[in-house]
Amino acid sequence: MKPARFDYACPDTLDEALALLAEEGPAARVMAGGQSLAAMLNMRLVEPRVVLDISRLHELAYITANDLYVEVGAAVTQRELLAWPALADKLPLIAQMLPHVGHTQTRARGTVCGSLAHADPSSELPLALALLNGEVVLQSRTGIRTLAARAFHTGLMTTAVEPFELIRAVRFPVLGDAAVTAFTEVSQRHGDFALTAVALTGDRRRIRIGVAGVEDRPKVLDLLWRDDASLQDEIQAKVSTMHGSDDIHASGAYRRDLVPHLAMRLIEEARDALSAR
Amino acid sequence: MRYLRADAAHPIAVTINGRPYAVQAEPRLLLTDLLREVIGLTGTHTGCEHGVCGACTVHIEGIPQRACLTYAVQVDGRSITTVEGLAPSAAPLTALQSAFREHHALQCGFCTPGLLMSLSHLVESEPDADEARVREVLSGHLCRCTGYQGIVDATMDVLAAQRRDGAT
Repeated sequence: MKPARFDYACPDTLDEALALLAEEGPAARVMAGGQSLAAMLNMRLVEPRVVLDISRLHELAYITANDLYVEVGAAVTQRELLAWPALADKLPLIAQMLPHVGHTQTRARGTVCGSLAHADPSSELPLALALLNGEVVLQSRTGIRTLAARAFHTGLMTTAVEPFELIRAVRFPVLGDAAVTAFTEVSQRHGDFALTAVALTGDRRRIRIGVAGVEDRPKVLDLLWRDDASLQDEIQAKVSTMHGSDDIHASGAYRRDLVPHLAMRLIEEARDALSAR
Repeated sequence: MRYLRADAAHPIAVTINGRPYAVQAEPRLLLTDLLREVIGLTGTHTGCEHGVCGACTVHIEGIPQRACLTYAVQVDGRSITTVEGLAPSAAPLTALQSAFREHHALQCGFCTPGLLMSLSHLVESEPDADEARVREVLSGHLCRCTGYQGIVDATMDVLAAQRRDGAT
């Protein structure tokens, strides 16, 4: 389908973008790579009066790292983050997940922050944000605020971004040397939206399992190392209270039933990685 | 700031297959429609118009991307290659196009332009790509005729030939 008519604004500076947002508020939609938004525009699921294209803002095209976190600006594409030389060292989980975010062809335009803004319940980057306890930096003309993952992602394709704000950047925490990470998902075609995606972070004491695709937003399970049978029972029990919804691709029950199987696969991987050290 | 009104056509300067074009586009005009309807290059196909099928894949600044998830106004000043830019005439075809023919990598041909754009970039930029990598790139395309095997065979053939030629 073709989108409804919209004004197209391509600001040269972040200040110009924020001024336009302050003026237009809910009538404007911010577009970075447009790999989710253009699809929604084409299907007329959204009909903004103005599309504000931030993809050419050099101020938002940066990746910086310190000992605590990696900050990725809103104009950075998934392809650019995947090609960032320090990725596997600083953010091994993101390095494992990014090849599953869309396809090569959509990662060339699609941005890291745009995927978070879209907040699809089964997408990988919101799962990484939740599991790593990341933060999203929001900016408006009146200032900057930082939200934790749980406060940012408020529900099904819904975030706490106000109409006059844009996502400036995301911060993914850097895990210590003791940490292991793992990721797997079940989807109908590589790169399609996952039915269920599961990610793990852990060390010799603890395991954290993140689940996407079942509920309206990612859920994190905190576990301690035990024998496999007990771990599987515990995951099963925690997952049994999750409310999965049915759609054309799979039932909620099936999506939920995948979780213990996928999680145990990751736990085995993590155990092997830890014992190899 | 460039601010383009919804109900007017705006000048766009774009280079397509090495040739500069000066055209007019409303903000909501898709790059697929710019190529097909305004410029008349109908090799780029319009399938799903929401980024799933891959038939519209073109190179923007040398990188395969979805033309249906890109608006014409966004490519102002950019350089684009479409399937017409691969081989200027039917003889000679590129090595990949010839391999598609030899391996029956197409039947109806609807998905082929997009596939050629993704795979031509792959064989150029990743000469050491293995079959798993080829299939990963293919995952961004839907083909309802071939079952993909012929497409994989054609691409692997070109990669092997490149390596042989490079070694001699």
